[in-house]
Amino acid sequence: MRFTLNGLPVETNAHPMARLLDVLREEQRLTGTKEGCGEGECGACTVLVDGQSVCSCLVPVAQVEGARVTTIEGLHGTHPLQKLFMDEVGAQCGICTPGMVLAALALEDNPVPTLDDVRTALAGNLCRCTGYSAIYRAVLKWRAEADSGPHAAPEQASARHK
Amino acid sequence: MRIATSSLDLRRPATLESALQALRDDARTPIAGATDLYVTLNFGTLEARRFLDLSRLAELRGITERGDTLVIGALASFTALQRSPLVVKRLPMLVEAARLVGGVQIQNRATLGGNIANASPAGDSLPVLAAVDAAIVLRSVDGERRVPMTEFYTGYRASVMRPDELITAVEVPRVEGHQWFRKVGTRAALAISKVVVAGVRDGPRAARFAIGSVAPTVVRARKAEGVLAKGGKIEEAVRALQAEITPIDDLRSTAEYRTAVAGNLLRRFWAETA
Repeated sequence: MRFTLNGLPVETNAHPMARLLDVLREEQRLTGTKEGCGEGECGACTVLVDGQSVCSCLVPVAQVEGARVTTIEGLHGTHPLQKLFMDEVGAQCGICTPGMVLAALALEDNPVPTLDDVRTALAGNLCRCTGYSAIYRAVLKWRAEADSGPHAAPEQASARHK
Repeated sequence: MRIATSSLDLRRPATLESALQALRDDARTPIAGATDLYVTLNFGTLEARRFLDLSRLAELRGITERGDTLVIGALASFTALQRSPLVVKRLPMLVEAARLVGGVQIQNRATLGGNIANASPAGDSLPVLAAVDAAIVLRSVDGERRVPMTEFYTGYRASVMRPDELITAVEVPRVEGHQWFRKVGTRAALAISKVVVAGVRDGPRAARFAIGSVAPTVVRARKAEGVLAKGGKIEEAVRALQAEITPIDDLRSTAEYRTAVAGNLLRRFWAETA
């Protein structure tokens, strides 16, 4: 079974009902995707499938056949939102951070999100360290800078489709 | 995951016909968005070992109008419901319900058909469908049949659906009047409902009202509706509603709380849609 992982074609021999999460971590050795609750509550295992955020602990790998899967590694540590999470101290222990960043990318289409938009976009991601304020600040700043920055739009588009 | 995947068998039909044939050949549990099913798999409580993946059946994803009827494919995701201009226009309270089903990651995968088939008494879309007299379309190799949502469930996690049938669509007749939806949970997003209600105010005395998480199945509040239709006082309708629900104490709430909140929600619905 084949799919596209962070822009590159991959083939997996995993059982069709293996969780996408396990294929990513154990077979593809991409351990940026974390397992938290195993029931779709915490969002630590968030990845993008064809640009849509999903909980990879609840996805049979068979269902991503032919799809584009993006994990945190696909942002190469260079995405502006990743830098803003550091600048604003939107991460402490770091377990929720990859999922937070990927879930926040859904706001790419929203040039001026309100705080409420950000809260809604991240409602499926739990953080037990930061109290969320620093995370919301990072995301709001990312959109504000993307709105005014000359190079921001193409960079984000490429990150999303990798 | 606490179940060895090697013990599991998955078939992935490309057409509805082959899916129905597979269900006729042997008992299989359908998988769509897997957001309920994989939770039980992760926790090792799932007993089924043979599965049928519906995700390739694109024909079940559409949301269309047929005459006066809104037809929602069983595989329409909660995100698709929120984005559908037809649903936004004709059944806005289903959009509200869809926005409160889990986080975005769950809404992107979970399907309306799955919410119905999973048959949890707390399913957020179920009171909406019961209040608007929706019909569930069931298909098997023998053909198609329609079951009113209010007659679909027979008990806790039990329905009239046969093992060789699939839910293919939900049909919603035209809804006139004010639509009203409220979910009461521990927090606005993600929480499983303590009480969830949907109502339609058809006229000064006419209302359709359905309520979830207060009985083994979703309840259409016929007795309360009857009191209001006869011009009875709202307090009389509240007592009727509280007599036709059978809430329990569980890890999310208590029977006492649910009974009180059910009454409050009916009062609010009646006042806000007056």
